Amino acid sequence: MLNRIYDWIDDRMDITPIWRDVADHEVPEHVNPAYHFSAFVYCFGGLTFFITVIQILSGMFLTMYYVPDIVNAWNSVYYLQHDVAAGVIVRGMHHWGASLVVVMMFLHTLRVFFTGAYKAPRELNWVVGVLLFAVMLGLAFTGYLLPWDMKALFATKVGLDIAESVPFVGEWIKTLLAGDEQIIGAQTLTRFFAIHVFFLPAALFVLMAIHFIMIRRQGIAGPL
Amino acid sequence: MKRGKGLTFVGDSRIQKYEKPKLNRDYSEFPGRTEEFYPDFLLKEWITGAVFLIGFLCLTVAHPAPLERVADPTDTGYIPLPDWYFLFLYQILKYSFASGPYNVIGAIIIPGIAFGALLLAPWLDNNKERHWKKRPVAAAMMLLSVGIIFYTTWESVAYHDWETQDKQGEIVFSNLDSEDPVFTDLIRSNCTSCHGGELTGGSGPNLVEPDLNAETVNAFVTNGTGEMPAFEGQLTEEEIQQISEFVANLEVTSADEAMGGTQQEGGESDTD
Repeated sequence: MLNRIYDWIDDRMDITPIWRDVADHEVPEHVNPAYHFSAFVYCFGGLTFFITVIQILSGMFLTMYYVPDIVNAWNSVYYLQHDVAAGVIVRGMHHWGASLVVVMMFLHTLRVFFTGAYKAPRELNWVVGVLLFAVMLGLAFTGYLLPWDMKALFATKVGLDIAESVPFVGEWIKTLLAGDEQIIGAQTLTRFFAIHVFFLPAALFVLMAIHFIMIRRQGIAGPL
Repeated sequence: MKRGKGLTFVGDSRIQKYEKPKLNRDYSEFPGRTEEFYPDFLLKEWITGAVFLIGFLCLTVAHPAPLERVADPTDTGYIPLPDWYFLFLYQILKYSFASGPYNVIGAIIIPGIAFGALLLAPWLDNNKERHWKKRPVAAAMMLLSVGIIFYTTWESVAYHDWETQDKQGEIVFSNLDSEDPVFTDLIRSNCTSCHGGELTGGSGPNLVEPDLNAETVNAFVTNGTGEMPAFEGQLTEEEIQQISEFVANLEVTSADEAMGGTQQEGGESDTD
């Protein structure tokens, strides 16, 4: 039955090449920790992806309870944390995942750098990777305000002050992010929510797709 | 290919006739034992991922995500601290060559150069060699940057007052009635800027936890003490007495009482 469904789709879409490309691509010995334990350094990219998936899933569940307005935001997080079944786990995964994804991405960047894997012909993939890093830090920064607790508000104030100190366009950037020239309040929270949940994830998905397609096109860099 | 006939285009079609399942590049130039991604290697990755996930879930159970008290923009005494991965940037801003009039150096120029260099690394380091020992300049620059990030993060953590940090953000539930006219008319305009929006402490002390009587509070408000200004003359005696009684009446309560029965259906009452 499954085979017939597969064949039916394959006859129309020709999905076999894509599937075989995913399934049959070789994993060379020098990146396989089963043969050389030190090859675990090649796992950091995969772990970054894994934690990113955790972030997406836990974030989707968080939005079921979270309310992005200054009256209810903190209360909704408090309720989620204390009264919702497994709420503390889901929020904990999202909170600690944010830290771990930064750690893993940092280690992945160092691995790529020190193995010289960004050299020709893989320069563009390095650039996309650095952009991914920036998007992740943006997600970390915007997500920090959302619980609307003291830490969130005042850390965001510092961040916006830094944005404001950019020459020429600083105040414009600050107003764009905060929704007001002076006040960090209701507008800021909804903007950060929109950026955290819609704008940056969209950028993240596009960049990740490019990152992975390029890996499959160019293959893994050879052993040192 | 066993299953499926595949799509066959001929002639000038963009998709070529499908013949062999191996579309991937040839790794024959690599020495050693190459294995296919599916299923052997994926299974190993799967197991590693499962072990990682168990450890990760243990972490979330052992250390719940922190939540401080609700944001209070009037509490100017709060010392802000970004999340740990931004601490190095925050620390750089504290050095004298990167703060005050030179703030733009610490906030924009240094991070900008670092990010730009990282982005353009393939062109800055255009040496053909891949091994890091054979490109000492690039490797040294990266090690130096990593060293600076580690050092500044450590410095920021080591010199931060963590006790105050934990204390100032603590969630304290009290019987404070934010609708009370004494609170809205007198305390909001005179007290909360120092003692916090819910009087749980800011640059001035917490007024909820200590067991104060009305006479003591009255004396403090009338005469002032230390940093605290005297309100005699600014407020009438009657107003001071009202404030004193309100503050003396404050006490810590359990979350349930303060939140007004959120347990049942999550209809949180507005606690601020």
